[in-house]
Amino acid sequence: MSNPPFSRGETSSYSGLSSVCEDWWRLGPRKRVKGGGSEWRERCKDRRRVGIRGTDIVVLGVEKKSVAKLQDERTVRKICALDDHVCMAFAGLTADARIVVNRARMECQSHKLTVEDPVTVEYITRFIATLKQRYTQSNGRRPFGISALIVGFDDDGIPRLYQTDPSGTYHAWKANAIGRSAKTVREFLEKNYTEDTIATDSEAIKLAIRALLEVVQSGGKNIELAIIRRNQPLKMFSAKEIESQVVDIEKEKEEAEKKKSKKLI
Amino acid sequence: MALLEVCGASWGSQVSCGTKSGRRQDPGHYSFSLRTPELAVPRGLQPPEFLCSLEADAANQVRIEMAHGTTTLAFKFQHGVIVAVDSRATAGNYISTLHVNKVIEINPYLLGTMSGCAADCQYWERLLAKECRLYRLRNGERITVSAASKLLSNMMCQYRGMGLSMGSMICGWDKKGPGLYYVDENGTRLSGTMFSTGSGNSYAYGVLDSGYRPDLGPQEAYALGRRAIVHATHRDSYSGGFVNMYHMKEDGWVKVESSDVSNLFHEYLKTQG
Repeated sequence: MSNPPFSRGETSSYSGLSSVCEDWWRLGPRKRVKGGGSEWRERCKDRRRVGIRGTDIVVLGVEKKSVAKLQDERTVRKICALDDHVCMAFAGLTADARIVVNRARMECQSHKLTVEDPVTVEYITRFIATLKQRYTQSNGRRPFGISALIVGFDDDGIPRLYQTDPSGTYHAWKANAIGRSAKTVREFLEKNYTEDTIATDSEAIKLAIRALLEVVQSGGKNIELAIIRRNQPLKMFSAKEIESQVVDIEKEKEEAEKKKSKKLI
Repeated sequence: MALLEVCGASWGSQVSCGTKSGRRQDPGHYSFSLRTPELAVPRGLQPPEFLCSLEADAANQVRIEMAHGTTTLAFKFQHGVIVAVDSRATAGNYISTLHVNKVIEINPYLLGTMSGCAADCQYWERLLAKECRLYRLRNGERITVSAASKLLSNMMCQYRGMGLSMGSMICGWDKKGPGLYYVDENGTRLSGTMFSTGSGNSYAYGVLDSGYRPDLGPQEAYALGRRAIVHATHRDSYSGGFVNMYHMKEDGWVKVESSDVSNLFHEYLKTQG
């Protein structure tokens, strides 16, 4: 099979998309069935996304790809609000994600209209997962090429984080990463996710940024961050705020290293 | 229209000679209403037009009045919701039975009352019970009263103008507290503290309004509901039989009593006179 459609060198995903679609149609029916799971997850080897579920806050961190000089940065959005209390970040084909996000937004409002209650995070995740599964089991269609991290608060104030696959499975997580080298990030999170690190909002935000800094080369410039606090709408961090967080993290790192070196002496 | 699509009859279709045409037109008997609920309609018939022709035909003096011949009431108070209904079923001037159950127990936390056409009420509320159960299985938590009444109201809206006759009160206790909604065959859905439906509702409202306080005790509330139904059955010829009373509490409903209205009325006379 040819190279994965998203490599760091590519500035536009246009050629990537057509190669993914071509591959899908070129594969015979048998191979398509086999490829439903792992092969499509390979297609979603996009830039990294990190999601963290704190006690009073949920954080989504996203690695931005460097935009061309003439490109308007604001049109490249990887974190989308599905409703006031739910948002999602995705890794994979942006065009597919647009469709899924649109359907999910409509379903949120439809649910509010019929049931007179906002959706629970689990419900909308199940809806998105069912939608994805339907496309793995019909003729003439290819699966959605995205993995999504869905975060939010339920009506009872409990924060939730779910991850969905192109195959249509979904699982709840305390902290997770998707995209390329997600394993490294996940290992970092496994080591550093403790009850203390998520106790306060600022700590949870720092953990997300630290997890991304592990794998992102150019530092704070290429990170996008969004948080939802209980009973508050989605808040996107500006570049300045992210920079100040990164500076704090670097300071803490230096102090930790100084302490270490003192001990050695 | 939704109904035409559902039962497979198309606009202005002719009677087809061939039984096996390319697309499935006639639902047929064996597969009827198995997968999705369907209403059977003769080919080419438009229910709203048919009904209009019945009601507006003053020359032949054909009038079908869709009246709700019953008395049902429900009211919220500090200890939950009281639901009281009569039990008489009539077909014109003929009393078919005195032992109809006009309250459907959807689940231990939801009750629905019935007034109007008995068949319509029973069918649609049983369908509602099925939807409530599926909601519980899919979402892991019980359906709220507002959602259940919304589902019923949407079902009614879909068949609006086609001659359904149903006046129902959905009562329950969910995470938002005690809930009481009135749902109509027109798709009306109202939330309130006190409702009474049926031909005897004016008499029941009179008694309820004069005796209601939000801080009633349980026994006082039972007495109020009982009295309202008895007086309504006394004056309204389409209501009678028994008073079936339910009390919706935080941990579910209990059936309080099923007492004969004639005995109760004589007791009231004795205490008065």
